[in-house]
Amino acid sequence: MFESSLKQLGDALRAKQISSVELTQSYLDRMAQLNPELNAFITINPEMSLAQAEAADARLAAGTAEALTGIPIAQKDIFCAKDWLTTCGSKMLHNFVSPYDAHVISQFNNAGAINLGKTNMDEFAMGSSNETSYYGAVKNPWDTARVPGGSSGGTAAAVAARLCAAATGTDTGGSIRQPAALCGISGLKPTYGVCSRYGMIAFASSLDQAGPMGRSAEDLALMMNVMAGFDERDSTSLQRDKEDYTRDLNKPLTGLRIGLPKEFFAAGMGADVAKAIEAAIAEYKKLGATIVDISLPNSKLSVPVYYVLAPAEASSNLSRFDGVRYGYRAPEYGDLADMYEKSRAQGFGAEVQRRIMIGTYVLSHGYYDAYYIKAQRIRRQIAQDFVAAYKQCDVIMGPTSPSTAFKLGEKGDDPVQMYLSDIYTIAVNLAGLPGMSIPCGFGNNNMPVGLQIIGNYFDEARMLNVAHQYQLATDWHSRAPQGI
Amino acid sequence: MIPYRPCLNIVFAMSLTTQDVEKVARLARLAMSPSEIETARKQLNGIFGLIAEMQAVDTDGVEPMSHSQELAQRLREDKVTESNQREAFQAIAPQVEQGLFLVPKVIE
Repeated sequence: MFESSLKQLGDALRAKQISSVELTQSYLDRMAQLNPELNAFITINPEMSLAQAEAADARLAAGTAEALTGIPIAQKDIFCAKDWLTTCGSKMLHNFVSPYDAHVISQFNNAGAINLGKTNMDEFAMGSSNETSYYGAVKNPWDTARVPGGSSGGTAAAVAARLCAAATGTDTGGSIRQPAALCGISGLKPTYGVCSRYGMIAFASSLDQAGPMGRSAEDLALMMNVMAGFDERDSTSLQRDKEDYTRDLNKPLTGLRIGLPKEFFAAGMGADVAKAIEAAIAEYKKLGATIVDISLPNSKLSVPVYYVLAPAEASSNLSRFDGVRYGYRAPEYGDLADMYEKSRAQGFGAEVQRRIMIGTYVLSHGYYDAYYIKAQRIRRQIAQDFVAAYKQCDVIMGPTSPSTAFKLGEKGDDPVQMYLSDIYTIAVNLAGLPGMSIPCGFGNNNMPVGLQIIGNYFDEARMLNVAHQYQLATDWHSRAPQGI
Repeated sequence: MIPYRPCLNIVFAMSLTTQDVEKVARLARLAMSPSEIETARKQLNGIFGLIAEMQAVDTDGVEPMSHSQELAQRLREDKVTESNQREAFQAIAPQVEQGLFLVPKVIE
């Protein structure tokens, strides 16, 4: 059952082979057994999950069930969910019981899915290893001495360990794709604007995008059918016709043009990662694809550009945490400014404070043009590289991460080393393109390797097709960690 | 293993002083001890070393890109769309009294 696809679970529920209450209880039992070691969840609330499961069973009995009705889905703790503790991985929100639902949460609720719990994450989604969480690091189910990646590390570990049927993530610079790669699962960051940001706690608003994480491309397509769609409460939500993301899954790949950016295959990718990626490309050739050599000359600048723009937006977004209306307030303080400064210093962790300071500095008088405007100009150059590349190819492929999962504590106190682990994913966010990662083999120490698939704007259905056909021909995506 | 090394542009390479970091912390409303300021100074200088690579790029004539979907801001009818949820919102506030959020005295 824990290996079943979303489609199989939906079929079993509708055929009354299992009830949603039974299914949800099975997952809760498994979480109780395995979560203490993995720390993939910040909040588990069996009463609330089971109440939803009872409602789903009523709906199944009434014959009004949809594709995901009754299926237990975990939610990244960045999504506000009514009456659920919603911490965003921070002490700042250690007591924040959300009074409302994020749009993505209400979409799942309307579909009859079960909220199985809130997954651990890097604090305010700022991190690539899940080590910045106030609630402790998440362990990679493939090797508990290693990180799961981040920031959606709790989600990635939960999916890999079969603690949920599928789960949500968010991706500002790689936070869905990199943990998906490091934990051997599939993850999709849609085109910017496809999933509403309403109720998704903001990090860098021009880059943040929600997306599904699961065990197969087919599962992601079913999740996208629920998550995507226009929402007037997000000013950047796109007004587009409703799509069925499963529609192209079974198309053959004959004639598919895959662009390989030479910059992604330069020195720097681990030899073990390179070997797995090359094998995946060879498999795609067997499936009928042709290879096109392309160049993204400005992509090497994406890390510096990102570390100006994302902290700038974060410093503005996180100014709302002031200890007045919700969240943490320091126990002792003098005047108002002292209350702000102590509440923020005590409520935010080191990485978040660092990024707020970078952002505050680059937006400050005298530096705005040299940093912020300059970065925005290069952002356009990076995006234009992709526009040119898509004249020659249909999808772009490369590694998701330069290495497999590193050890907990390995990147230590040097933030720059951690930032460089997102070198292949960040350009996609800057351009606003859709990107995904699927498992494509194993590297050193038997740790999973992820293949990144980057699509043109709104080309998610094609990317899911490209991933699904590979998953029909290979079985990397169905491998499970030992002992799990 | 990682190829990417910032090539420091000497003209632009800058180094934050202790006073700079103190000022940024104050603007960001973050209380920091002298030792925290010193740690932050070192780490921020490392990060700005990475960022400095931008300065070698020719961006003449390139329009800044603030957003990937360059659409006009959507407008809506000017009408009330939110219901009053004062009690729900105040239930999670650090300190409230008679429907008000309490903060230290601002005006003497």
